[in-house]
Amino acid sequence: MSSSNWAREAFAVLAKDVRSEYRTRYAFSAVLLFAVTALAVVSFSVSPYSLDADVQAAFLWIVLFFSAMMGLSRSFVREEETRTAMSLRLTTASESVYMGKLMFNIALQAAVAVVVVPLFLVLMDIAPAHPGLLFWATLLGTLALASSSTIIAAIVSRANAKGAIFAVLAFPVTLPGLSSAIRATIAALRGVVGSGSRPTAGAAGDLRALAAYSVLMITSSLLLFDFVWDD
Amino acid sequence: MRARVSRLFEALKWLLGVWMTVVIIAAFFYAPAAQNLGQMSRIIYFHIPAAWVSVLAFAVCTAHSARFLRNRRTQDDAAASFSAELGLLFCVIATVSGSIFAKATWGSYWNWDPRETSIFVLLLIYGAYFALRSSVDDPARRGSLAAVYGILAFITVPLLVFVAPRIPAVQSLHPDGPILATGGGLDMDGRMMTVFMSSLLGFTGLYAWVFSLRLRAWRFIAALSNRQED
Repeated sequence: MSSSNWAREAFAVLAKDVRSEYRTRYAFSAVLLFAVTALAVVSFSVSPYSLDADVQAAFLWIVLFFSAMMGLSRSFVREEETRTAMSLRLTTASESVYMGKLMFNIALQAAVAVVVVPLFLVLMDIAPAHPGLLFWATLLGTLALASSSTIIAAIVSRANAKGAIFAVLAFPVTLPGLSSAIRATIAALRGVVGSGSRPTAGAAGDLRALAAYSVLMITSSLLLFDFVWDD
Repeated sequence: MRARVSRLFEALKWLLGVWMTVVIIAAFFYAPAAQNLGQMSRIIYFHIPAAWVSVLAFAVCTAHSARFLRNRRTQDDAAASFSAELGLLFCVIATVSGSIFAKATWGSYWNWDPRETSIFVLLLIYGAYFALRSSVDDPARRGSLAAVYGILAFITVPLLVFVAPRIPAVQSLHPDGPILATGGGLDMDGRMMTVFMSSLLGFTGLYAWVFSLRLRAWRFIAALSNRQED
């Protein structure tokens, strides 16, 4: 199969998922409501206190991680529930399925982050010291979350306890990305990190680690996806 | 030929028993106590080998998983899961013994030292691996899903080992001296080194023995159920 064909198939899978998501808005509204609820709970229980940047960054990523755990398994689980997985398997190369689902998950998680992060800043009354760094930390953290949990979602969709074990399986695999994202976010919120001439040098290392982690996850997922999807 | 091999294994089994007994006795009576940690330093003869075996078992599990994905023999899937079972056991031993040591030296059972974090994540991975296995009914599918997860998790373990110690807020309290000899508080005495290396070998042998025992039992049961079907 030529490469343009491969990419076209992946985008077709993405378009299909976006269209069916647009019709029901099931995943997006469930994830978004979960994220907003969690954010509200955090915010009104700690609003009297002024928190350290470490705690704020941890709260933000707890909300983002668990909302990812709510939503990112949907794209595969839905294929199994509506019994469309077989026809997808017959018509589409498995790499295209993976890339399409990955792009959908990135888009879904990014859409959640676009709502959650500004809301978080407003509710917790934070003025980030490095808004640009916060943007990159959120973007690459979202990419890391989606890239590590897409193949886990495919695994979970083929197991019996679909909802229950997704977070259990995803957490240990996601942890390296998550801890880098938290550290970069701490640097973005607090501002001064390290003592060098460039205060964001350490955070830049974390961002590079996030990007490398995402590439590693996507590559190994592409190699292993066939065994999950076509058995 | 087969009889000779099994007699060799028989002899090795007894050798292992004697070896481990000698190591345990030597750990308490032959090796000297370290200068700073005193008698508590004797944990290194048991805690570190257990931690080593828990990582080794995971590597063996990953190797068998990859082989299972390549040629789909049920024996490789069984071997991967047996190795993971043993790894989980040794991981619990390493975690609990390390935690008791932490209480005795640093005053609290758990304080998210980088190495505590990585062993905790290893425990989580083992737990998730078995949670996944128990939630799939079809054996072939269970094998391939568990194998993919095992390989994926194994890829992230080195990242944790390198990323976790870089967290600047948490300085490692782990006594590195005796293992890595980085000029820390302790120097490994010659006798300590002998006992430590012997213990490492003994624990590895123990793992290999129990692993082969499990595999032989599995082969026996599989052959038996095949014969019943015929």
